[in-house]
Amino acid sequence: MILTGADIVIRCLQDEGIEYIFGYPGGAALHIYDAMYRQDKVKHVLVRHEQGATHAADGYARATGKPGVVLVTSGPGVTNTVTGIATAFMDSIPMVVITAQVPSHLIGDDAFQEVDTVGVTRPCVKHNFLVKDVTRLAETMKKAFYIASSGRPGPVVVDVPKDVTARSAEYVYPDTMSMRSYQPRVRGHNKQIRKGIDLLVKAKKPIIYTGGGAVLADAADALTELVNTLEYPSTSTLMGLGAIPASNPNFLGMLGMHGTYESNMAMYECDVMLAVGARFDDRVTGELSKFSPKSEIVQIDIDPSSIGKNVPVAVPIVGDCNAVLLEMNAQLKTRLHEINRKAIDSWWGTVNRWKSKDSLAYDSSDTVIKPQHVVQKMLEITKGEAYITSDVGQHQMWAAQYYAFEQPRKWINSGGLGTMGFGLPAAMGVQLAFPGEVVVCITGDASIQMMLQELSTCLQYCLPVKVINLNNQYMGMVRQWQEFFYDRRYSHSYMDALPDFVALAESYGHVGMRVETPDKVDAVLSEAFSMKDRLVFVDVITDPTENVYPMIAAGKGHNEMQLKPNGGDVTERELA
Amino acid sequence: MRRIISILLENESGALSRVAGLFSARGYNIESLTVAPTDDESLSRMTIVTSGTDAIIEQITKQLNKLVDVVKLRDLTEGRHLGRELMLAKVAAVNKDQKEEIKRLVDIFRGRVIDVADSTYTLEMTGSSEKVDAFLDELSRVELIEVVRSGTLGIGRGKNALKM
Repeated sequence: MILTGADIVIRCLQDEGIEYIFGYPGGAALHIYDAMYRQDKVKHVLVRHEQGATHAADGYARATGKPGVVLVTSGPGVTNTVTGIATAFMDSIPMVVITAQVPSHLIGDDAFQEVDTVGVTRPCVKHNFLVKDVTRLAETMKKAFYIASSGRPGPVVVDVPKDVTARSAEYVYPDTMSMRSYQPRVRGHNKQIRKGIDLLVKAKKPIIYTGGGAVLADAADALTELVNTLEYPSTSTLMGLGAIPASNPNFLGMLGMHGTYESNMAMYECDVMLAVGARFDDRVTGELSKFSPKSEIVQIDIDPSSIGKNVPVAVPIVGDCNAVLLEMNAQLKTRLHEINRKAIDSWWGTVNRWKSKDSLAYDSSDTVIKPQHVVQKMLEITKGEAYITSDVGQHQMWAAQYYAFEQPRKWINSGGLGTMGFGLPAAMGVQLAFPGEVVVCITGDASIQMMLQELSTCLQYCLPVKVINLNNQYMGMVRQWQEFFYDRRYSHSYMDALPDFVALAESYGHVGMRVETPDKVDAVLSEAFSMKDRLVFVDVITDPTENVYPMIAAGKGHNEMQLKPNGGDVTERELA
Repeated sequence: MRRIISILLENESGALSRVAGLFSARGYNIESLTVAPTDDESLSRMTIVTSGTDAIIEQITKQLNKLVDVVKLRDLTEGRHLGRELMLAKVAAVNKDQKEEIKRLVDIFRGRVIDVADSTYTLEMTGSSEKVDAFLDELSRVELIEVVRSGTLGIGRGKNALKM
């Protein structure tokens, strides 16, 4: 069948089974948009800013596991996507971004709306292509989806000049793809897995440390089985929350800069660590020279370059987390008797002592709304079943700390890049994927203003997202650091001249609500969540001085957490 | 430690910038980088000379392998190998003494004079980087006008080959 390049792009999406494409038209993309108009299989979602398209596709991908797809025009259309592409790249999210380009003969001429797309996106994509020949378009699209979705997932950009979308070629979409230069390893090496188990069963003070890779690999069930079999203390990064249910008795909560005391202490004191799809990010490890000084590490990761990058690893296992964990579970069946249960019980005794410090406790108030309480209340109302997206800052940490995630893919936030503005468009992607589910965007007064225009998209597509704006009139996390480390010099962290968020939401055709006192929180939230078919924007005026605790300050180790505002530091001596 | 990494990569536009970009983005050293087509027109051969601790070199090879355009690579310094570099140099050759001194040095280092003009000689020399360095040191006795080095090319000794 002979098709134009524009029709080939759309047919590829159809044949790839793509449900939604998030985009924004423009000159160079017009042929593709015309082809889009002449079909109804792939649904196009018109955003209000190209960055919103990438975050929406990203949210869709995180919630479903399927690649998110974006279509934008050349030049500014592309540069606007860069933040969203980098966000997906840092968190290894499968995404295909189709970018229109000026006609081939104008490339390099500084043409209208021309930008070197392949050059601009190169450092933040898994791979990118410039399609110069329409006969290679379908094959390139297949490669893009294959690369984005396999191995360690990531965003792939396909740049298509306008003349290529006008020319015609025989359309054949390959069923499968194999590339000599790209062959991700799925199965772990059996000998390495056995070595890992050797260490695990001999451990006296083990910890299981899981990350976003466990979620991406859909390894939650295998991981939970492993945790339940071993009955070892287990913790998760920000990105891994939900892979092990929060209610699992072996789960200690999140670790890292704002993780629980017991998680971080267990990381510090452990003798064997099993890292599952976690990359030893600086927000997790704290000061590297003080990181887990007594442990031997077994690390499972599909990306060999993640292994041993920051921390030396005793047993590297390269492979898909799910495949490796299934094999581990199988091999463990005959080796459980080797576990030193007495030592493990004693280790649990220590861990439970740390746990008894209740590091997430906070002072409640009758006069100001505590943001932690709002998250806890939301957890109660939604029964822990909502999809939660967030922006970046204090509210993100409180959401991670107090919303107990029982399932993977329900906690959707920008962990690696830390992109303010991510939450609302991401929630759109999630809500489109799961129309019947409760989708909440927990945000702050600073973050929400970075992608506010997407409220208009939400109206157009009837997306009943619940936006919970924890409004403390500050860039809270910036203010917190300035309070702690800059002698309270609050340089440009005060959000002077905030809009009336209620009126703003209403002007976009949504429901706006405000709550200013603690006694009204329950009622307002309950009402907001009862409006199943409307977007409700709840402006929650919270304690402007509240900080995120516990905390590991920069340069400190896991055993040097600050638990409370006033001298709540814990030293190693106290623990011994 | 100094390493010579040999890479076969897809002969696609942009492949070179992916490799160069990786080095600058992650702050790795590049002492030299050469790239040219091979007998197989779908492949380019790149030779990178870099340096770093063992941990950094491990990351460099892993990150390079991760690039979709990289088909195969080998750290040649892990095995027996040969390294060669080509240098072109223009030196002042005005009087007889200078000219004789240059001729003598070129003979000792087994180089060649490839161009002669009124007041300059242009020289060519091939050898290991150490030999090229030594030759350059000696040339400092005369007036060096311009130095052009190719960067190191490497290949394994014996049967050791990096091929498809």
